[in-house]
Amino acid sequence: MIDIDNLSVVFGDGENRVLAVDQFSLRVEAGESFGLVGESGSGKSTVLRAVAGLLDTWTGNIAVDGAKLGRKRSRDFYAKVQMVFQDPFGSLHPKHTIDRILSEPLIVHDLDNREARVRDVLEQVQLGPSFRFRYPHQLSGGQRQRIAIARALILRPRIILLDEPTSALDVSIQAEILNLLDDIRTQLGVTYLLVSHDLGVVAHMCNRFAVMRQGKLIEVAESAHLGTGALSHAYSRQLLLASKGYDRALVDTFADL
Amino acid sequence: MVCAMFSTRVENKMTQTPILDVQNLNVRFDTPKGEFHAVKDVSFTMGREKLAIVGESGSGKTQTGRAILGLTQGRITADRMTFHGSNLLGLSPVAWREIRGRRIAMVMQDPKYSLNPVMTIGDQLIEAGHRHIGTISPRQRSLEMLEAVKIRDPLRVFRAWPHELSGGMGQRAMIAMMLMAEPEMLIADEPTSALDVTVRLQVLAILDDLVKTRNMGLIFISHDLNLVRTFADRVLIMYGGRVVEELPARDLYSATHPYTRGLLACAPEVDNPKKRLAILNRDPAWANPPPRGGR
Repeated sequence: MIDIDNLSVVFGDGENRVLAVDQFSLRVEAGESFGLVGESGSGKSTVLRAVAGLLDTWTGNIAVDGAKLGRKRSRDFYAKVQMVFQDPFGSLHPKHTIDRILSEPLIVHDLDNREARVRDVLEQVQLGPSFRFRYPHQLSGGQRQRIAIARALILRPRIILLDEPTSALDVSIQAEILNLLDDIRTQLGVTYLLVSHDLGVVAHMCNRFAVMRQGKLIEVAESAHLGTGALSHAYSRQLLLASKGYDRALVDTFADL
Repeated sequence: MVCAMFSTRVENKMTQTPILDVQNLNVRFDTPKGEFHAVKDVSFTMGREKLAIVGESGSGKTQTGRAILGLTQGRITADRMTFHGSNLLGLSPVAWREIRGRRIAMVMQDPKYSLNPVMTIGDQLIEAGHRHIGTISPRQRSLEMLEAVKIRDPLRVFRAWPHELSGGMGQRAMIAMMLMAEPEMLIADEPTSALDVTVRLQVLAILDDLVKTRNMGLIFISHDLNLVRTFADRVLIMYGGRVVEELPARDLYSATHPYTRGLLACAPEVDNPKKRLAILNRDPAWANPPPRGGR
């Protein structure tokens, strides 16, 4: 469904040149939920933004559903691929009602039956129709993230790119959003590419995941194998141990791998 | 009442004399919509230990930490709030200056916002320790503190500007600053939430070692139950401004309060996969005072 081949992304030039993604290749199957894990600066969000068409300094090949992508993306591409961002406070227009936020993609894509579609999608994210005429500041963080998910869903995309969708939320709200995302995937069969720094979230949401570090792909592993610790690379193993909690003796074994 | 329970149950866990004694602390804010009661009847005592205050946003954990240093905009009332036996309630600004930063220091969540962007790290370290009288030069002391927080090249960081440091490095520099005055107690409000997981554990190890070697008390405010379970000695769980449960950190999995149990159940865990995450059903009664005669 998503084929990334030899992707490299460079930011800045001269002394400030940063190779954010370095010859990254990955294949995500249709209907799969695939995770990208790494620490800050690992390039995981940059990969996602390159797929979404939010960057134009990349080289290599990206193909979605068999079609090779260029720098500029068509309207058809965005009907197929949508994204949910990390910060539910920054990703919704503060002066637009929920109705307008959800209608905008429909207007851009020239779709009719807008009111019914908005109602349906609100129901899908388990918010009542009364939310239509509210503004983002009247909603909690979890409700806003539901609206962001609804906005991505309203075009009935086949792929949803999720960039740390729950890292700004409390853990009990995170559970609700992750369950919702799970339900949506089961019902609609969409493909997820999920970026997170939290190995727990990725292990829960994804069947497979890739570990990234300094722009490079370290390894691809299956979540089912995490319990047995079957990770082959030392860095991934360190990441796994670190995510289990604090252990004074463990910290001394940390190396700059 | 919490105090009475605590003294019978967890006494052996605490190190003799309490440094801090808080009884029935309340913090209230006057808002246009009426009074907002952010912290309700919070009581605890602590010695030279790692005490964690855990809760979700709006639980009152940060306001509790700030009230100890008188750093809240709200109205503070308490039956008792003493530090080494001296009263912390109604201190004059001059008296506060003897305590804040010198005897009780605070580390905030994000080094990006708590470091002065137009001063080098070295100047900020020297400023933080300017009232400390010692035998070595402030510069030398600063470099020693940077070394104490495991910074490999102290001189480079001493000369650096805040924007030149990574998050983990900035947070270490912050902790070094707090140590300049050799405080007896450190309040750390989500000190590692902005950091990557491996750096987070490294910073915690620094705090852990400091508590041991310098014999400090640490109040660790966090939303992360798993981290608290493995790091702290004792945990207070807050909900709606109230302490709903208090227990030794290692016993967290045998918590009895439905809120604590709910929080534990709804977090995804790497080595304990769940088909579906549990949803926390909040009971408004949790934020009400417990019935007389215990919980």
